[in-house]
Amino acid sequence: MRVKPLLINEKRFFFGFFLMSTRLTPEQIERYSRQIMIPDLGGKGQIRLRQGKVLVVGAGGLGCPAAFYLAAAGIGALGLVDSDRVELSNLQRQILHSTLDIGREKVDSAKEKLNQLNPDVEVRAYPVRLSADNAPELFASYDFIVDGSDNFATKFLVNDAAVDLGKPFSHAGIVRFQGQTMTVIPGKSACYRCVFQEPPQPGEILNCQQAGILGAIAGTIGSIQATEAIKYLAGMEEDLLVDRMLTYDAKTIKFRIIEVRRNPQCGACGDKAERRSHEFRQRTEV
Amino acid sequence: MKVKVKFFAFLRERVGTGEITKEINEGSTVADLWATLKKDYPKLAPVEMRLLYAVNRNYVNPDYALKESDEVVFVPPVSGG
Repeated sequence: MRVKPLLINEKRFFFGFFLMSTRLTPEQIERYSRQIMIPDLGGKGQIRLRQGKVLVVGAGGLGCPAAFYLAAAGIGALGLVDSDRVELSNLQRQILHSTLDIGREKVDSAKEKLNQLNPDVEVRAYPVRLSADNAPELFASYDFIVDGSDNFATKFLVNDAAVDLGKPFSHAGIVRFQGQTMTVIPGKSACYRCVFQEPPQPGEILNCQQAGILGAIAGTIGSIQATEAIKYLAGMEEDLLVDRMLTYDAKTIKFRIIEVRRNPQCGACGDKAERRSHEFRQRTEV
Repeated sequence: MKVKVKFFAFLRERVGTGEITKEINEGSTVADLWATLKKDYPKLAPVEMRLLYAVNRNYVNPDYALKESDEVVFVPPVSGG
């Protein structure tokens, strides 16, 4: 006799959970009203965002604005991967962190601000550096990856792991007044490695730390990355920035789209893909 | 024949301008053009990385044969984030 009420409670719990994820509360409808009224999105799109999970790699210049807008838009779960701590020199562009956060782990600082902005969003903080070993496990439970990393090794790692695991992602890079971004749907569109093949030699290209970056550029490109994640989750796949590299020169205010295409010899999604997938699978199994 | 050449990101800084017009031999490929540019602009000489080559806004391979008035864009990868 004790089992029965428990079963009913469980049913109620799961039914309640189901309703929570497939319906919007009056408060949520009000919070998201300005985007729900967009015909392409609507209530259906908002529910899809609520059911969506996005992993942001790097809580820095690109990751902060991307995560900020994703949380504001009501993404269901938002993961943040970054092993760094907040430094004074981060604050001119990494807008989730404040002066009081100096010395804190970036993911904790970011999580606090995102929770304040939108308690609806489940923010998961991973204070680790992305590696070939942990990428498959970290990526596994997410629908879309936003690459806001600040070095070529991680950008190529995100590409290769996402392609192997079939995870759509937004790539981006920024320096000084320049930005570039592309979205990748593995198996369907060109990947980052199709375009650039391999990382430049260390020191061949300066990074933000060495060359500088205008904070607002990070905001522009990071916002585009958030927009791509939102469009993907809302089911607007046909309009994504795929098979195209967007470049932005803020100095002359010029956006340019360059059509790119899959490279059959690509080390990530071409003929060698099987070998690499095997490597990642082995790591996942271990 | 003449082609228009555009340099993006740090390439622009090394060349000193974002855009030039370049006289090249008939039948020259993108790779030929890049080799000539490296001679013209010594600061490009150390650049060994793979670039994104685009002709008239479309991605091409380095062996693409250029035509009169083509617009060639060289885009390097950008690492910051």
